Amino acid sequence: MLTAAHLACSRGERRLFADVSFSLAAGEWLHVQGENGAGKTSLLRLLVGLSPADAGEIRWRGALVGGMKTTPETVGFRRELLYLGHHAAVKDELDALENLRFSAAIDGLAFDQLKALAALRRLGLRGRESLPVRVLSAGQKRRVLLARLLTRTAAVWVLDEAFNALDGGAVQLLGALLNEHLAAGGVAVLTSHQPLPLPGGRVLAL
Amino acid sequence: MNLINWFRYASPQSFYPLAGRMIPLFWILALLFGAAGLWVSFFVAPTDAQQGEGYRIIFVHVPASWMSMVIYLAMAFWAGLGLALNTRLSSMMAQALAPTGALMAALSLITGAFWGKPMWGTWWVWDARLTSELILFFLYVGFIALQSAIDDPRRADKAGAILALIGVVNVPIIYFSVKWWNTLHQGSSINLTRAPSMAQTMLLGMLLMALAFWMYSIAVSLLRLRAIMLERERHSEWVKHALE
Amino acid sequence: MNALMAAARRDVLLALRRRADVLTAIFFFVMVVSLFPLGIGPEPALLKKIAPGVLWVAALLATLLGLPRLFHADYLDGTLEQMALSPSPLALLIAGKMLAHWLLCGLPLVILAPVLGLQFGLDAASLGMLSFSLLLGTPLLSLIGAMGAALTLGVRGGGVLLAVLVLPLYIPTLIFGAGAVAAESAGLGAEGHLSLLAALLALAVFFAPWATTAALRIALE
Repeated sequence: MLTAAHLACSRGERRLFADVSFSLAAGEWLHVQGENGAGKTSLLRLLVGLSPADAGEIRWRGALVGGMKTTPETVGFRRELLYLGHHAAVKDELDALENLRFSAAIDGLAFDQLKALAALRRLGLRGRESLPVRVLSAGQKRRVLLARLLTRTAAVWVLDEAFNALDGGAVQLLGALLNEHLAAGGVAVLTSHQPLPLPGGRVLAL
Repeated sequence: MNLINWFRYASPQSFYPLAGRMIPLFWILALLFGAAGLWVSFFVAPTDAQQGEGYRIIFVHVPASWMSMVIYLAMAFWAGLGLALNTRLSSMMAQALAPTGALMAALSLITGAFWGKPMWGTWWVWDARLTSELILFFLYVGFIALQSAIDDPRRADKAGAILALIGVVNVPIIYFSVKWWNTLHQGSSINLTRAPSMAQTMLLGMLLMALAFWMYSIAVSLLRLRAIMLERERHSEWVKHALE
Repeated sequence: MNALMAAARRDVLLALRRRADVLTAIFFFVMVVSLFPLGIGPEPALLKKIAPGVLWVAALLATLLGLPRLFHADYLDGTLEQMALSPSPLALLIAGKMLAHWLLCGLPLVILAPVLGLQFGLDAASLGMLSFSLLLGTPLLSLIGAMGAALTLGVRGGGVLLAVLVLPLYIPTLIFGAGAVAAESAGLGAEGHLSLLAALLALAVFFAPWATTAALRIALE
């Protein structure tokens, strides 16, 4: 479904990586590994189309989607893509439910309140749906963000350090979510410093 | 055939030596035109009936104003080309042109003030042209400030290009609005380049000086361009080779 | 259009949750305007003459005050990345943010300016023209300012740099806006000024979201 061929990327003078290729079929996931500064985040940003690659191409269901130009193909890709980066992308002033509602609005999707409430509950935020995110802990904020994995149906998950700031229970939960996603035929690209016990994994070391 | 040559020189590597060969030529031309222009403007051109000898500063003022506008257009053109085609050299060219353009705008403002003092008894008049020139100078300062505030040269080029293009759209609007403002607020606006009474030799002097300014601008921009090329590509093979 | 309204609604809601930012800009406007009579002296004829320029320059500066924040929070917390990856066109989302900026920063000035104009002894017709010229001009300030905010996003010395970039571009708006009020109080027609202001607004509505989007994508790279 998602293939990349001969990707290269440099930051300023420094070449981060070159000739990175991989291919993911439905139900497979890619574990991007590497030291700090090896270019994991750069690779992810390049895959989703936030920054341009120096060389190489990215295909989603056979159509070229790399690069930052807005074409029908990239819009189709973005519709099926969920990228969660380093940053929380959660507004402190809004409560969890409002955050999810505006995320959906930005994505141009109808908002299903019941689904969102169910997602927040599953992530252990029952009773905190209407508190401003400001008063939640770092881990709980992260969980608000992860609720998007449930409210937004996307075939590609691209998660950058998604396991950071999560406690043991949340790590297990995220693992379970990933399992369901892959079982339903989705693909995922993850960066993480810890080993992930998920089937169908491929490893890319930068 | 032409096309092939063009693209060959679009890479810094092959343009660097070419620019090096061109620079002395432009310096010589600048000196020749400058000497001729100064001679015409000081010894040949007649004394102005109304303005006396003081008017002779227009031989610097007017070419500097022209240059400041032409360079802004050229800068925006190269920056836009760099943005559209992602060619390194064009963006470097835009960056190399900016300080010269700012210098020309500043020169135009200073000579304008020197001219104003004997003519109108004041260093500064809110004349439409001078005011627009001042704003053009601000636009140059903004471009240079933005480019130097961004560390990543790629991002600096692109952001600078967008700013230059925004500037190009705005320069005519600004000029028109300032002119409009000027006619409303000062019934009898003083026109700096009152052409009809200008003698043939004055025009010749101005033309020669303008050519000298062109040649100087090209020479000095190429010089700066070579420095930028070396700095930006300092890790590449050709630079190591060129500096040996 | 849904995306535009959603982005605008979100920014307005956020601003209402932390009202201090909006109120600061409004009080800044009031204070700057009030400083001029203190600096120049309370002579009514002079105050009446400088009123349009003073109010317009103060509006310019008050708009500038909020601009560095326009994209900054969204840039830091990753919301801007999410917007760039949205299937909705980024330009529409950005236009929504511009709309919100005007509602929060421009519209209060439009409403407040006549009250301050009274302090300068402007007559009713000039006060009306002041509001109307600001109504046409402040969206222009938001649109042009957003381009500058996008270009200086995440750049060191961003706030000051933003002012250096944006203020020269504000000059035509200032000339036509303040000129309209001055023409009205001088008994001349202000139609020329207003139609030019409207033409600039039309140009900016078309051009600014596009340029801002391009600048933001560069900042995100």
